[in-house]
Amino acid sequence: MLEIKDLHAGVAGKEILKGITLTVNPGEIHAIMGPNGSGKSTLAQALAGHPAFEITGGQVRFEGQDLLDMQPEERAQAGLFLAFQYPVEIAGVTNAYFLRAAYNALRKARGEEELDSMDFLDVLEQKLKVVDWEPEIMHRAVNHGFSGGEKKRNEILQLAVLEPKLAILDETDSGLDIDALRTVAQGVNQLRRPDNAFIVITHYQRLLNHIVPDYVHVLSDGRMVMSGGKDLALELEARGYEWVDAQAEALTK
Amino acid sequence: MSESYVKEFESFAGATTAEGPEWLEPVRRAAMDHFARTGFPTAREEEWRFTPVSPIAQATWRSGGVGGIEDVAREQLTPFVFGHSEWCTLVFVNGEYAPALSSPGSLPEGVLVANLADALRNGNGTEILERHLTRYARIEESPFTALNTAFLRDGGLIHVPAGTDLPHPVNLVFVTTPDAAGAVIHPRNLVIVERNSRASLVESYVTLAPGARYWTNPVTEVWTGANSWVEHTRIQRESEAAFHVATTQVEVSRDSHYRSFSMAMGANLARHNLNARLGDQNSEALLYGLYITHGNQVVDNHTVLYHDHPNCHSWEVYKGILDGHSHAVFNGKVFVKPEAQKTDAKQTNRNLVLSDHAKVDTKPQLEIFADDVRCTHGATVGQLDEMALFYAQSRGLPAEEARRVLTYAFAAEVIDEVSLQPVRDELNRLVLRRLNGEA
Repeated sequence: MLEIKDLHAGVAGKEILKGITLTVNPGEIHAIMGPNGSGKSTLAQALAGHPAFEITGGQVRFEGQDLLDMQPEERAQAGLFLAFQYPVEIAGVTNAYFLRAAYNALRKARGEEELDSMDFLDVLEQKLKVVDWEPEIMHRAVNHGFSGGEKKRNEILQLAVLEPKLAILDETDSGLDIDALRTVAQGVNQLRRPDNAFIVITHYQRLLNHIVPDYVHVLSDGRMVMSGGKDLALELEARGYEWVDAQAEALTK
Repeated sequence: MSESYVKEFESFAGATTAEGPEWLEPVRRAAMDHFARTGFPTAREEEWRFTPVSPIAQATWRSGGVGGIEDVAREQLTPFVFGHSEWCTLVFVNGEYAPALSSPGSLPEGVLVANLADALRNGNGTEILERHLTRYARIEESPFTALNTAFLRDGGLIHVPAGTDLPHPVNLVFVTTPDAAGAVIHPRNLVIVERNSRASLVESYVTLAPGARYWTNPVTEVWTGANSWVEHTRIQRESEAAFHVATTQVEVSRDSHYRSFSMAMGANLARHNLNARLGDQNSEALLYGLYITHGNQVVDNHTVLYHDHPNCHSWEVYKGILDGHSHAVFNGKVFVKPEAQKTDAKQTNRNLVLSDHAKVDTKPQLEIFADDVRCTHGATVGQLDEMALFYAQSRGLPAEEARRVLTYAFAAEVIDEVSLQPVRDELNRLVLRRLNGEA
C-alpha cells in the first residue's frame, strides 16, 4: 500500500528526515515512536504534502502512484488521511459544512454523485457513534473553541467519515486524559479493516496498550534506528529514549 | 461648486415650504447655509484623507423627481426583499416612496411605519418628527449630512411605542433604476424605539441598474429609549459605478442595547459614517461590519463610539475581504469621557487580502479620559492561513475550493453575529454568490 524508500526531507534548507524506509501493507498497524525532534511529525506532514517541507531525496509510492508528485488533495483523494497533531480551527464554518465539503470532494474525485445535506446527515449519524458523539457537535465551527480532547475526537470523526485506505495519526494521544484516549483508540479499533492500514505516531507507549500495533519503529534524528514487534514499545518505555540515542550513536559510528 | 446646490435649494425650498411643517424650514436653510460655507471635503482633511470625493464634488447631479417608479415590477425586487410577506416593507425607487411595491406586513397596534414625505405633508407623527428629526445627525459633522438635511424629502419613518415588541423586522429598500443615472438621492430615515421595546430593521441600498453612475447620500437617525433592544442591519449593494456616502447616527439610552451589522459590497466609492452615542448608564452598542470589495472599489467605514457615561459597553468587529485593485479604509474612534468610568470597549478590524494589488488603511483611534476602563483595539491585514489551507486540502478539497471555503468562513464568522436567521441566511447567500463569482 505504502512504500517509502530512503526519504530525505527538510524545511528551510535544514534536513530533518535523513533516509526513511518503510513498507506498510493492508491490514497492518505500524507505530512510529521517538523522542521530540526526531522527525516523526515531519514524516507525517511530508507524506500528507505540507508545502513547507521540501523533499530532497527518496521515493514514496502509495497504491502504485508516485505520492510525492501529488497535491495534498490528490493524496487525500487517493486514500491518504492525516490526523493532525494540532487540528486547525476554522471559525465561521460548521463542522457539518466542512465535513460534507470534504466528503463530497472525495466522492467527486471518484466520479460519484455528491450528497446533499439531508443524505449526508444519514452518513454522519452512523459515524458519530464511532466517537460516541451527539449530533450537536456538527453545528459548532470546525475545532473552534474545542478542547484538546474534542479536537482529537473530531479528527477521528473525519477519519470515520472519509474512510481512507491509510490513516496517519500524528500524536493523536498527546495531551489526552485517559478517557479521551480510550474513546479515540476505540474509534480507531472500530475502523480497522483488512483492507486499510494505520501509521500511529506517538511519543508514549500508553496509546499502544489500546491500539495494538503489528510493528513498532523507532525514529531518532531523522533515521529509523530500530524496528520490531509490539514488545519493542514496552522495552522502550522501560529503558527510555536515552537507550535509543545510544543505539543510534552506535549505528552511525 | 456649492453655488449650484444653493441655486437648486432655492427652487427646492420654494416647492416644499408649502407642504412641509414650519419648524423644518429654518433647519433646512441652516443646513444649506452650512454647506454653502464648507463645500465638499478635500483629501487634505484628515477625515477624508483616503477617500477622494472629488468625483462627486466635480460632477453636476440632477436632484429631485428622478421618477422611474412605474418601470419597476414587484418581481424585480425579489432578490432584495427577503421574501417574507409578513415583514413590513417600504420600497423607495430612486429616492421616492413606491406604495405599489411596498407591503404593510403585520405590525402591532400603535406602531407607525410610514414614508417621510407623506408624514411631513399630512402631519402623520408630527410630534415625533419635530422632537427627533435632524436632532441627532449634526450638520456640523459632515457636509454630506448638511446637504442631506437641506434636501431631505423622503425615506423611512419608524416609531415603536413604549412596551412594544416588533415580531418581524421592518424592511427599508432603496432601489435605483437606470433613470437614476446622473442623479443624487438624499434618503432620510428616522427610527425611534421607545422604552421597553424591541425592534429590528433592515436598510438596503440596491440597484436594478448595475452600471449606472449616480450618487446616494443617505442619513439615518436612530434613537433608542431606556431598556430597549434594537437590531439594525444595513446592506449596501449599489451599482459599482455609483457613489454612496452615508451617515448613521445612533443615540442609545440607559439600559438599552443597540446592535448594527453594516454590509458593504457595492458602489465605486462608498463611505459609511456610523456614530453611536452611549448616552446613559449601562447601555450597550455592538457594531459589526463586513465589506467585500473587488475591481477598483473604494469602501470606507468610519465609526465613532461616544462613551459619555459610566458602565457602558461597546463591542466592534469589522471584517473585510479585498480583491482586485480595491481599497478599504477603516477608522474606528472611541471617545471615553472622564466620567465614563468602568467603560468596556473592544474594537477589532480584520482584513483578508486576496490580491497583491488591494490595499487597506486601518486606523484605530482611542481617546480615553477616564482611568478605570477596559479599552482594547486590534487590526490585522493578512492572507488566508497556510495551515488552514493545507488542513482543508488534506481532507480532499481542491486548493481553489479550500480557499473559497476559508474565505467564506472568514465572512461567516461575523455574519453569525446577526441575530435574525432570515437576515443571516440572506447575508450568507450574498457572500457565497460573490465568492462564486456570480455577483
